[in-house]
Amino acid sequence: MRQVQRLIEELNKKAKEAQFKQAPYGPDLDLSAFFLPPEREAVDSLEELGEEVVSRALEVGIETREERRAGTYFQLDRAPIYKKMQEFYKGKLEMMSSEEALRKYDWMVDYWWKAIPVDTDKYTATAQLLQTHGYFLRALPGERIETPVQACLFISEDRAMQSVHNVVIVEEGGELNVLTGCTISPKVRSGIHIGISEFYVKRGATLIFTMIHNWGEEFEVRPRTVVVLEEGATFVSNYILLRPVKSLQAYPTAILRGEGARVTFNSIIYGRGKSLIDMGSRIILEAPHTRGESIARSIGSDESKLYMRGQLVGRANETKGHLDCRGILLSPKALIEAIPELVAEKAPLSDLSHEAAIGPIAEEAVEYLMARGVKRDEAISIITRGFLSLKMPGLPKFLEREIDRALQLTTAEAL
Amino acid sequence: MLVVEDLAVEIDGKLVLKRVNLSIGEGEAHILMGPNGSGKTTLLRAIMGLGKYKVVKGRILWYGQEINDMPPDERAKLGLGIAFQKAPVIRGITLRQIGGHITNGEHTLEVMAKQLGCEELLDRDLNYGFSGGEMKKAELLQLLLQAPRLALIDEPESGVDLDNIAIIGEAINLLLGKTKVLEEKKAGLIITHTGHILDYVNADYGHVMIEGVIVCGGNPRDLFKQIREHGYEGCLECARSRGL
Repeated sequence: MRQVQRLIEELNKKAKEAQFKQAPYGPDLDLSAFFLPPEREAVDSLEELGEEVVSRALEVGIETREERRAGTYFQLDRAPIYKKMQEFYKGKLEMMSSEEALRKYDWMVDYWWKAIPVDTDKYTATAQLLQTHGYFLRALPGERIETPVQACLFISEDRAMQSVHNVVIVEEGGELNVLTGCTISPKVRSGIHIGISEFYVKRGATLIFTMIHNWGEEFEVRPRTVVVLEEGATFVSNYILLRPVKSLQAYPTAILRGEGARVTFNSIIYGRGKSLIDMGSRIILEAPHTRGESIARSIGSDESKLYMRGQLVGRANETKGHLDCRGILLSPKALIEAIPELVAEKAPLSDLSHEAAIGPIAEEAVEYLMARGVKRDEAISIITRGFLSLKMPGLPKFLEREIDRALQLTTAEAL
Repeated sequence: MLVVEDLAVEIDGKLVLKRVNLSIGEGEAHILMGPNGSGKTTLLRAIMGLGKYKVVKGRILWYGQEINDMPPDERAKLGLGIAFQKAPVIRGITLRQIGGHITNGEHTLEVMAKQLGCEELLDRDLNYGFSGGEMKKAELLQLLLQAPRLALIDEPESGVDLDNIAIIGEAINLLLGKTKVLEEKKAGLIITHTGHILDYVNADYGHVMIEGVIVCGGNPRDLFKQIREHGYEGCLECARSRGL
């Protein structure tokens, strides 16, 4: 226990020094504009949270009836108000608040802020100094849990700060499918979500991580994610953002430390309203025979600004990485900037490539559908939906349908 | 049902159709022949109302109503349909999904796909990596679902091997309602370059287009025989001698 205590003291010290450290990307935010909401009582059932919360949660894939879910973690503002694991998964899967895990396990010192330096920027520092829980998930060795575990990070208070620190560990040979939905109550105008996510995928293990974000026009979002992969490990990230946000800046990073590890980042981003979205993915190929791929599809509508970053770093031979970033600008007032970067470092046999393209919807395709009797708006919406529909592995069928439905709504609303 | 009167059409400011007159009645199957670049595709696309094809003179009448300025989706609603010679790729949308948007209930997707032998195309992205023959089948499949009263079909046999031409010919006959005695007959305007389709489709009228003008009309088989013997050069000379 003393070990954890000592670590926390060290971390706090470092964090204090980095409290005002600007992040290299995204608009700089004054965090004093937000407040830490009070703790809350736990609930026995998600239905107790009321129709408004339930329907919002559902939009980000959180099934409040918990069918087809191995477990549920629900955090309302700063409080983890609900945790439940299906009986079948006990002994295979662990789920608790990350603060609880830190109290329970001495070995958490090997994971806590080990993938992400606490003094990275003011957001990581704040997440340490003013942490409001976050989830801890751990698949035990050899346990392949295909049914998704769902985690909802919900904000219900205006101007609130939610600064979660999540840790996911998939032990050797295990498999975990995590579905995270982050959203706000309709009455929330402004606020900030800081989400620290440290994921560890051990030897031969697989983590499929799907995250759906639904924020608001005045809402700020700063996730910080690093995934560490051991030998033969696989990580798939599916990220979906379809609703407006004030600004969102994230640059999730996967570090492939073990030979033969694989990573795929898929992201679908629909820039709406005055959203400023600065989103990237970084893949660091540190061990031989590792592979990484990042696929991003973005739409810029209204007055949105989208900066789509991608970086591949090859630091070992016999590695392969590819970036595929495509965008469609639907509005004369929107902006998309694709910034692919390739870095080969002391690894002459690292094979890195990218394709980035921004272009209009082909008029030929629109008229093709119109000639079949489809109205112009509907034709554009069908094509846009097609453009955004990535085949995302690990996504449950019904969620695929949900996303398609959300895309349908978004494209219809946006036009 | 369709009357094209003295039609002139420009593409990007270039006059492609100069003076086209054509009349198609209910249930009639018309064949449009002519050398490459004579304006056949332009005529079909102008009738369908595609944006690049600008009518600068003349009228397109559908049951007496001028439709010159009507967008393609409204023309489709009236009962016009087109099978493109080259169709655009639309990623992320399958042929099955498109089928769901256009079907009007006369034929069902599964049955028609089976008849055309293209079931394996249903769940592929529309036109993505389709071979010439596959693209034709996908086009006809969509037209069958749409069941237009007038089908505009652009070179259904180009890039298709002989086995598949028979299947495509049958599909066109089905589309035009020629397979059943009591069925309502649909009209068609079919472009053919090689004439192979005439072996399968029972066409009523033929037209020859040269340099943006329909210069000749008559029995399609006779016309094609003439063209086989004398080439389009013969048509051109004949047209010139008639002052066209």
